[in-house]
Amino acid sequence: MSFEKFLFYVFAAILVFAAVMVITRKNPVHSALFLVLAFFNSAGLWMLAEAEFLAIALVLVYVGAVMVLFLFVVMMLDINIAELRAGFVRNAPVAILVAIAMVIELVIVVGPQRFGLDEVAAPAAKPAGYSNTEELGLALFTQHLYAFEIAAVILLVGIVAAIGLTMRRRPDTKSQDPSRQVTVKAKDRLRVIKMDAEEKA
Amino acid sequence: MIALSDYLMVGAILFSLSVAGIFLNRKNVILLLMCIELMLLAVNINFIAFSYFLGDTAGQVFVFFILTVAAAEAAIGLAILVVLFRGRRTINVADMDTLKG
Repeated sequence: MSFEKFLFYVFAAILVFAAVMVITRKNPVHSALFLVLAFFNSAGLWMLAEAEFLAIALVLVYVGAVMVLFLFVVMMLDINIAELRAGFVRNAPVAILVAIAMVIELVIVVGPQRFGLDEVAAPAAKPAGYSNTEELGLALFTQHLYAFEIAAVILLVGIVAAIGLTMRRRPDTKSQDPSRQVTVKAKDRLRVIKMDAEEKA
Repeated sequence: MIALSDYLMVGAILFSLSVAGIFLNRKNVILLLMCIELMLLAVNINFIAFSYFLGDTAGQVFVFFILTVAAAEAAIGLAILVVLFRGRRTINVADMDTLKG
């Protein structure tokens, strides 16, 4: 067994273990942390498949941003775990049955007799100086430029939607309204009153 | 050497586990979102494996876009969750029956 194969099995085993932990832990915080472990190990798998850029992007984007957001939300919400766990044991046999059936069916479809090394040969080693990032960047900014721009728009929509959903105006906070500050006129602030001169008493 | 079927089987196991997770935790919206992330990860593993074995970068470009959309989806999903919790003090799926669907 080559070292690569050994690494693959280590990563895959920890990945499956972490996925099992994610779906069975009582505490959502533990689930989130095991999901981080799952992301790290699949980044290792992607590294073995020579997708270096995406492996690092997965760690940076998912572990660094998305999972921190998850943890933040999980810890912020004061949820009753026991109530949410109701039905866990009752659903377990169905879940295990469905999962096993799906694994068997999928392995029949994608198993070694169809996608093994004899059917799909391992690709030749890349030449020295080959850069996965350069290759991906070339594909992204030439063939898939419009899709890239749409992705940017989707992220913008995501930002706007997330802020729009969660922002609330509180009536008791003191804040400045720049547009009102700019449009203010002197006559709004200063009132000149005409009156007769008073005689000195 | 690692065969394409090895990657595909890891993806299949991961996908099945996340389906089982959706069955098990069908009351907890946070866990449901996490299971969806796991599913997307399984799909991405398939894309990367095919991209590597067929020598085509398009698969990796797809993964790039899936990551982008999944990040936006997670952000909006969690924002909805926070708003929901603020209004109803619960994230139990069974309590979300205002629309009586």
